[in-house]
Amino acid sequence: MSQIHVSTTINGDPVEYLCEPDDTLLDVLRDRLSLTGTKEGCGSGDCGACSVTIDGRLVCACLALGAEADGRKIDTIEGMAEGEKLHPLQEKFLEHAALQCGVCTPGFLVAAKSLLEKNPSPTETEIRYWLAGNLCRCTGYDKIIRAVMDTAKEMKGKRKGKKS
Amino acid sequence: MSSNDRFESREFKVVGTRPLRPDGLDKVTGKAQFGADVTAPGMLHGAILRSPHAHAIIKKIDTKQAEKLEGVHAVVTRTDFAKDVDNTDVLDNCMAGEKALYDGHAVAAVAATSPSVARKAMKLIKVTYKVLPAVTDVDMAMGADAPILHDGMQTEGLEKKSRKPTNIAQRHEFGHGDVDAGFKQADLIVERSFTTEATHQGYIEPHACLANLGRDGRGELWCCTQGHYYVRELCADLLGLDESQLRVTASEIGGGFGGKTTVFIEPVALALARKSGRPVKIVMSRNEVFRASGPTSSSSIDVKIGVKNDGTITAAFADLRYQGGAYPGSPVEFGAMSAFACYNLENVKTIGWDVVANRPKQAAYRAPGAPMAAFAIESVVDEIAGKLRMDPIDLRLKNAAAAGTKASFGPVYSDIGLIRTLEAAKNHPHYSAPLGPNQGRGIACGFWFNFGGQTSVSLTVNADGTVGVAVGTPDIGGSRASISQMVAEELGIEYSQVRALIADTATLGFNDVTDGSRVTFATGLAAIEAARNAAKIMCERAAKTWGIPSDAVVWEDGHAKPVSSNAGDFEPLSLKDIAASAANTGGPIAGHYEINADGAGVSFSTHIADVEMDPETGRAEIKRYTVFQDAGKAIHPSYVEGQFQGGAVQGIGWALNEEYIYNKDGQLQNAGFLDYRIPVASDLPMIDAVILEVPNPGHPYGVRGVGETSIVPPLATVANAISAAAGVRMTSIPMSPPKVLEALDSVLIAEAAE
Repeated sequence: MSQIHVSTTINGDPVEYLCEPDDTLLDVLRDRLSLTGTKEGCGSGDCGACSVTIDGRLVCACLALGAEADGRKIDTIEGMAEGEKLHPLQEKFLEHAALQCGVCTPGFLVAAKSLLEKNPSPTETEIRYWLAGNLCRCTGYDKIIRAVMDTAKEMKGKRKGKKS
Repeated sequence: MSSNDRFESREFKVVGTRPLRPDGLDKVTGKAQFGADVTAPGMLHGAILRSPHAHAIIKKIDTKQAEKLEGVHAVVTRTDFAKDVDNTDVLDNCMAGEKALYDGHAVAAVAATSPSVARKAMKLIKVTYKVLPAVTDVDMAMGADAPILHDGMQTEGLEKKSRKPTNIAQRHEFGHGDVDAGFKQADLIVERSFTTEATHQGYIEPHACLANLGRDGRGELWCCTQGHYYVRELCADLLGLDESQLRVTASEIGGGFGGKTTVFIEPVALALARKSGRPVKIVMSRNEVFRASGPTSSSSIDVKIGVKNDGTITAAFADLRYQGGAYPGSPVEFGAMSAFACYNLENVKTIGWDVVANRPKQAAYRAPGAPMAAFAIESVVDEIAGKLRMDPIDLRLKNAAAAGTKASFGPVYSDIGLIRTLEAAKNHPHYSAPLGPNQGRGIACGFWFNFGGQTSVSLTVNADGTVGVAVGTPDIGGSRASISQMVAEELGIEYSQVRALIADTATLGFNDVTDGSRVTFATGLAAIEAARNAAKIMCERAAKTWGIPSDAVVWEDGHAKPVSSNAGDFEPLSLKDIAASAANTGGPIAGHYEINADGAGVSFSTHIADVEMDPETGRAEIKRYTVFQDAGKAIHPSYVEGQFQGGAVQGIGWALNEEYIYNKDGQLQNAGFLDYRIPVASDLPMIDAVILEVPNPGHPYGVRGVGETSIVPPLATVANAISAAAGVRMTSIPMSPPKVLEALDSVLIAEAAE
């Protein structure tokens, strides 16, 4: 079985790789590109630890093929901060102690960012349902939900500030 | 004052604040390295072949075809491990010997150039099994005609040894007084039987390790574990190595909850690395985690409690039966010890039966053994309150354990916080809030022993006035933050000036596993004492600088100061001043401390749950939940709250959904997160966490462990709430929709019959 040549964009950088036809995007990110911030918790799309976006759409990288990335834009946890500047969600997760072990954290951050891009003012219930595909076993979700709610509030405040 | 009394009341500057955790930045940016995140040059990928049978004799393993496959560099079976080991059950669990004892039991392993070649090779290994009947249920495993797992097993703890082989490994008994006499004094006796299913810790990070081991017996192991010193001890034993030659480094750990306190894949990776001469990485799949790591016990429990009409308990008895998987060691002893720990009882007796069955060998799960016992006992206490028409908190207050109470498991309590948690619950707005239709409110109490254990800490004062702290207890919930806070407090410096890290087994003295809620207590205690030792050296350096006796110098607010004006009039020297001149005053400054810590301080909590039941589907939804727990002293309140919330939600999952489901042949039917359903965000409300602080006399700052107690009350709390909403006592966990519907139907049938 010959390998497939893929040209893609990951976190804004052009990337080329060869992969097996049955390599998942998660295999490629972690094992071929050393982007290990995206975690594997189940390999079956049940835990959300491998959440990434493909052309802005939230997916589990374990359910996409590496070959599918060709010509698309992939964003992972490694691209969330801009240099030293953290995304407001990353700041709020730290401030609210929204992580304990931290292995689910990259997936939650990528998923929450995707939510706020679509719905900048989600209710608590909307946040809980959007993040229902991301499993956390440490926190009971309380502080995670609070961190996302607080981020939405702060980002909204900043947008208002910019408009006025 | 006992020799364990270390607590001194004081004002804190850093302790009790909520600084950012030192490992936080790496964890929100994806840089933190967990078990599966590292590679080594020339690395091979290991994979483990597992038994599809729950109980079978392994007649033959033919590895020839697999060894011939291109890309395969090693195949190992039991013969590749040491013959004469101390930890025989651990070895047999990591790689089966004569028999496969559960679905998923490892029988062989391969190392290959890629995961796909390793998978292909596994298909080429031919194992010949003779399949035997299997048993997975605890009561059936105790039956006279049950399939026997271990031919030589006899029950320990019996007055007369059984002649026949048995699946009952051990009998335990605890208590005091005369329960028969106590029941005779009772006005009301309630007797009930309960069952709970096995659950998994459900950490999101599967077990993972990277091993390197040469023919000279020298090796390195990187793995996600709660205790790398214990991993070293076990692996050295199972592979016949010297402990000094095996260096184990703990990666960041993606959850453990007790499930990462032993070894599963680590000895296998080392064996493959030795045979292939290459580094080998093994990462478990989620299916393997469910089938072949260490879930907790299932249980079957009978409870009998007698009370006077005024609510005073006259006698309490429980018979607890836990299956702990294929080898002895279920946590039934802890269950039997903790069952009645919340109560001040004159007559109490518990019997625990440790039973083996064709399931994976259980591992610790947060307060191992206690949640099931608390479910049974707190359900009966709730039923008694209903029958006596007493408030369930008042009934508990009437019988609550306090300082001076002789615990049912032996010792007499010092200062404890149970009554504080009950009073806080009673006075909380949650307890008096109105309930809606189909809603019920439950309360329950929980207890956990907490642990101290062997601990080493080493602290260095750097030339620039910053401080490094090396600890040997992997950080599973923010302990690097709390340890840094305690060191900063003790030395009188800023939190940001302290960096705590987890040292490997070759660079720091022995440390027990991160378990028993012990780290903030024991590692914290050792870190405080190490800081005090460093401060003592810094006082000596100041004394030397000033030319006065060292006992004329004290450490206060981050400075060495003359003890009084009589000692001399010198400008205090800061830690930074002393550190800067260390080279001229005697060389590097360090402090260390080693202890086998006792005085961990027992822990209590009370939970309140409001549950709404859907009478159509039987689904129970948690509408409101509040945790009240004694933390002794909360070093970092956010992470204390996090422990309360996380434990409560794991308990809610156990109560409502989670269970190991086996078919009649003993094969696990739900080895994945789709069918083994842990709570998700949309299942839950916010979890209110109320921290109470009754200082632990055994810690300089009053710390008690907080990690485990929070999972003890939820099973009973939720069961009591559903029982209230449904009007029928729930006795079987999980209370999944079919079971709740069944209970509702039983009420309807009973009503129709009337």
